[in-house]
Amino acid sequence: MIVHDALLLVSAGDPAGLLPARQQMAFTLGWHIILASFGVAFPAMIFVAHWRGVMRHDATALVLAQRWAKVSAVLFAIGAVSGTVLSFEMGLLWPGLMGTFGDVLGLPFALEGLSFFVEAIFLGIYLYGWGRMPPRRHLLMVVPMAVAGVVGTFCVVSVNAWMNTPAGFRIVHGEVTDVDPWAAMFNPIAGWQFAHMWLAAYMLVGFSIAGVYAVGMLRGRRDAHHRLGFLLPFSFASAAALVQPVVGHLLGGGLGDRQPAKLAAFELATTTESPSPLRIGGVLVDGEARWALDIPVLGSLIAQNSLTAPVRGLDTIPLQDQPPVNITHWAFQTMIGIGTLLALTVVVYWALRWWAKHDLLDRTWFLRFCAVSGPLAVVAVEAGWIATEVGRQPWVVYDVMRTAEAAGDYPSLWWLLATTVVVYTGLTVGAVLVLRSMARRWRRGERDLPSPYGPRPSLPHEDNGRDTP
Amino acid sequence: MTVELAVAMALFLGLVVYAVFGGADFGAGFYDLTAGGAARGAELRTAIDHSIGPVWEANHVWLIYVLVMWWTGFPTAFAAAMSTLILPLLLALLGIVLRGAGFAFRKYAPTLSQARVYGALFAGSSLIAPFFLGAAAGAIASGRVPADGQGDRWSSWLNPTSLLAGVITVACCAFLAGTFLTADTTRAGHEALAAQLRRRTLVVGAVTGVLVLGSLVPIARDAPTLADGLTGRAAPLIITSILGGMVALVLLLRRRPAAARVSAVIAVASVVVGWGVAQYPWLLVDEVTITEAAGAPATLRALLLVAVLAGVIVLPPLVYLFRLTQSVQWARD
Repeated sequence: MIVHDALLLVSAGDPAGLLPARQQMAFTLGWHIILASFGVAFPAMIFVAHWRGVMRHDATALVLAQRWAKVSAVLFAIGAVSGTVLSFEMGLLWPGLMGTFGDVLGLPFALEGLSFFVEAIFLGIYLYGWGRMPPRRHLLMVVPMAVAGVVGTFCVVSVNAWMNTPAGFRIVHGEVTDVDPWAAMFNPIAGWQFAHMWLAAYMLVGFSIAGVYAVGMLRGRRDAHHRLGFLLPFSFASAAALVQPVVGHLLGGGLGDRQPAKLAAFELATTTESPSPLRIGGVLVDGEARWALDIPVLGSLIAQNSLTAPVRGLDTIPLQDQPPVNITHWAFQTMIGIGTLLALTVVVYWALRWWAKHDLLDRTWFLRFCAVSGPLAVVAVEAGWIATEVGRQPWVVYDVMRTAEAAGDYPSLWWLLATTVVVYTGLTVGAVLVLRSMARRWRRGERDLPSPYGPRPSLPHEDNGRDTP
Repeated sequence: MTVELAVAMALFLGLVVYAVFGGADFGAGFYDLTAGGAARGAELRTAIDHSIGPVWEANHVWLIYVLVMWWTGFPTAFAAAMSTLILPLLLALLGIVLRGAGFAFRKYAPTLSQARVYGALFAGSSLIAPFFLGAAAGAIASGRVPADGQGDRWSSWLNPTSLLAGVITVACCAFLAGTFLTADTTRAGHEALAAQLRRRTLVVGAVTGVLVLGSLVPIARDAPTLADGLTGRAAPLIITSILGGMVALVLLLRRRPAAARVSAVIAVASVVVGWGVAQYPWLLVDEVTITEAAGAPATLRALLLVAVLAGVIVLPPLVYLFRLTQSVQWARD
């Protein structure tokens, strides 16, 4: 069925660069969103650990903050360059979009550039400030990073929201006119879509970091360091996971009016039924939904907040205006499924802890689940982006510009994609090797992690009275 | 002044700052690459880590600033340049990606052999990125990017002006980095290292000067519009640049690297500003003027606000960061 969908993506009149450009954008964006999430959510967690360390004289927390800061140095560096790749790709892959709408959608990007500036500057100050600044002032340097992460998320996501609900311009005789960049930036769903991604970033990072310490506890390292290393990010992830279903639901409200084809694909609604069922699983084959589990009425209730209002069926939408249905449907349900599972997990954990005074951290099965919760959250974020992006097709700017019109006409883009896959695989391997080696050296009791090519430590007095991590 | 000119100047100012500070970070790769084996180069490589580590990401963001100001303020010209110059820009991008990742990985590499691989990536790609960015700039400056974006994907940047611009960019980056590193190591009290860097920077500076002067005639033949501007309106800036370079060399000879650094910055900044002044009023030389390329007026006004915000929000902490890195506490490693 995926093959069928892939074929649906290619049609005879499309420019040669369309399909590889799509895959290139999807691959690089899908890779960057993981690191971008760390850029958004990690500073807040580092801040809390560092704050505990400084204000409550908690040595364990301070060590965590120091190590996380070093980890963030690696992650933020590759996040900065993979974000640059996307900036270039906006123009290189989608000249039709940028040439036509650059001055409509560009303002939030420009403001995002400023937040990126703030984040990069304070990252530099923070990372190199250990032991070189008064502790409290040093702690304060994390705050602008965390704030800039939030502002930057809003700006970038607002552009994507604009592609779903275009605003801030009119088209008269084929020309873009009456441009209002502020209206484009604050388009109808910018706020909710931002909130959705912002929480997703906290879930991704929170569960991923907690998972690392869950693995440590599974291997018998059950000290205060691992407990705090687990609980602090897990608390952030818990809060985000609990609010996320509500925000997701509010973001989805009105989707049937805004983008009926996307909702129909999400729900695998082949025909308009009143009330619509919630269709779990299933595959679209020749216009029919097969092998799906239907729960009556629930589709109307969730998608339309009504017991009777139907989800508009795919049969009411011309084939050339439909997204690839199966990819969209499965990506959407993967996201929902994982999000629900993670939300239930944190409810069970905190409920048992508060009311039954029972700590699931003593249970191997729970730690095992936590170890995979990070990867699960990554899959959910990726699936969410696939659902919203593929579900918007065939439009790049919904109901205004088709993706085929945005692509350039480069026949050799497959080479670019192949090169990119090789380079990004290398980056992934490099990052994993470096981060694992850092963890190994920390476990051996090293603190400074000196670079292996540096001069041998010479004069012992140089280290006296210094408090570097 | 029209609003589109103001936006173009704000954009170009970002490019100048990127050329100077981002360029100095790239140029450090030249000294890293030629530092010698692991033992002999250890001290210099550590000094480079220490010098560019806290600032390279912040300096890199100027490139993002330039890109977003360009595509938002002058979208059609941006799309045209991106379409025609896809090859040099992708190669520059590859250099940027490998430089950043290689630099970050090397610092925390567990073994010397891994550090070597990452170090080679960092240092090598530090030279690739500015070469191709310079070549792309040369393509625009010599009028090889047509307004419709359908320029030749090879000859647009495989030509005398582009290639010379690429080489000169690399040389300028290395010269800037040399003065910066000499000043940093002098302040940190690494005398032997500072002396070695000073010698090498003098050679790099001399080579850069010869390259710039030697390329004037080929560029004048190849890019007449640019040459008219360089010898006309922009002539004072070009003279400033040549004088700045010479003063920097003299100051280095007299062992005053901190002052030489300022002079080198003036030399590079004025040659970049000179390029902008020389090709005014063209955005894409001989093809599209700034006024013709301008996007929607409401957007241009919003971009001016962004530029002001950059001055208010970004500059103070950036100055704070730079001051910290130049302070006594930070000079200790």
